[in-house]
Amino acid sequence: MYVFNREQRHVINYTWMIISLLVVAFLPFLLFLGLYLKSILLLQGNSLYDLIFSKVWRPSAGKFGFYPFIVGSVWVTLVAMLITAPVCLLTAIYVTQYTRKFVLRIMHPAIDILAGIPSVVYGLWGILVIVPFISRHLGPWLGIPTMGYSILAASFVLSIMIIPFVLNILIEVFRAIPMELKEATLSLGATEWQTIKHVLLKKALPGIIAAFGFGLARAFGETMAVLMVVGNVVRLPHSVFDPGYTLPALIANNYGEMLSIPKYDSALMFAALLLLAVSLFFNLVMHFFIVRYNKY
Amino acid sequence: MEDTTKIKISNLNVYAGKTRILRDINIEIPKNKITVILGPSGCGKTTLLKCLNRLTDLYPELKVSGKIIIDDHNVLEAREDIYKLRQQMGLLSQRPYPLPMTIYNNISYALKLRGIKNRREIHKLVMHYLQQANLWDEIRTRLREPASRLSIGQQQRLCLARGLAVNPEIILADEPTSALDPISSQVIEESFLKLKNDYTIVLVTHVLRQAKRIADNVVFMYMGDVVEQGSVSEVFENPKMEKTKLYLGGTFN
Repeated sequence: MYVFNREQRHVINYTWMIISLLVVAFLPFLLFLGLYLKSILLLQGNSLYDLIFSKVWRPSAGKFGFYPFIVGSVWVTLVAMLITAPVCLLTAIYVTQYTRKFVLRIMHPAIDILAGIPSVVYGLWGILVIVPFISRHLGPWLGIPTMGYSILAASFVLSIMIIPFVLNILIEVFRAIPMELKEATLSLGATEWQTIKHVLLKKALPGIIAAFGFGLARAFGETMAVLMVVGNVVRLPHSVFDPGYTLPALIANNYGEMLSIPKYDSALMFAALLLLAVSLFFNLVMHFFIVRYNKY
Repeated sequence: MEDTTKIKISNLNVYAGKTRILRDINIEIPKNKITVILGPSGCGKTTLLKCLNRLTDLYPELKVSGKIIIDDHNVLEAREDIYKLRQQMGLLSQRPYPLPMTIYNNISYALKLRGIKNRREIHKLVMHYLQQANLWDEIRTRLREPASRLSIGQQQRLCLARGLAVNPEIILADEPTSALDPISSQVIEESFLKLKNDYTIVLVTHVLRQAKRIADNVVFMYMGDVVEQGSVSEVFENPKMEKTKLYLGGTFN
């Protein structure tokens, strides 16, 4: 049997490590490149501006305007974050700062169960509970006619899906703050709430931003549950009670039939490219803020 | 000469669940002196210190009974006035925990909690307390930097300045030099010797030499009990109890 000498082993080890590193480092670029190459066909016939800002979506006529989908995705995500952010932040503060330890011991498995439920189940639950609630109770109560299948329904289901993830991160963020920092602040005569507001939140800020950024990225890319309750109507929504359409839902709904219409596959690849670009953008913004606030 | 007592602890008991952490503690801490609480790790020194400014509240599993009288107020019975009571005591912990703010704001935050709003006055006092903690000359040009950029020794002196900024009458120090290099430790010790003219200092330590250097009074604790207490000459030169003798001789664990 041939035995490698020390130098050869060294070379082999390093080669492997470098290859692994390159694979991980270039995977995003490969994804980008692949999607770009696939969507070139669409980009050749239409200007980027038109594709992003045109409202007309008629694939059979060769008109591909992604604006309604982008707006739908942004609305659903932002409203979901509006629900998620305060709920998660207040819960995390409460269970880490005010309650006894056993509350957290009960909370953790509950959160993990929520996190493990498949998104289809959340979607079904949305159809069975949230959609009728909006169409029969919330809409009439506010005097707004709605079918129930709407941006709001999608945001609501989405927020319940991402709350466990964001909450888990936030709880860890607050638990990582040393007790002594709280003691030091209290010893200055600060009240519990002043301690939380002026010191703990400030210390936790980079972690809070990271948690929300993570939730945002998940919400933006979530497909199944949103597709089931958002209504899938290609139209600019005027309020959260209107139905809408999101980028991931567009891809998932139409992937099967894309071969029958020219340029359709290219358009769907472009939708995927947009999704990827927006996720990347979220990531960059998040990192910018984390670095910005991490100096303390 | 009879000392005036600043803090009188009587029959203090602390339980964590069923374990007794402190047993019938009776201590009198004299005003404007350095009282050193000495003892091996895990003997309840830190818990005793936390009882004084009621940081024990943070740990709901701790049950505290007894009396701690500071200027005719029983600390353990304080309710809404606990925040004011805590401001009578500046705390210096084992490791420095600067607030997540600039150096300047670390001090000004304490001043604002004290109710000082005038910016000029705050400015003057920040300088005053940083000087008192022997820090001003080193950092006078860096006041707007995050406090976390200071060295550990500087951070500890910043924490001392912050503790002084609430205008306390008592300084509680929990092994304040255990994380510091010898020179920073010396600076802190020298600050204490200067500060004792204006403040009552309670210092927890397990370092015998430190106790010998700066203590006026010594309380020796072991396993939640006060074994012996008295002036530094009494305890160090004529220890009455066997355990104290062993600890001082260094043969004790």
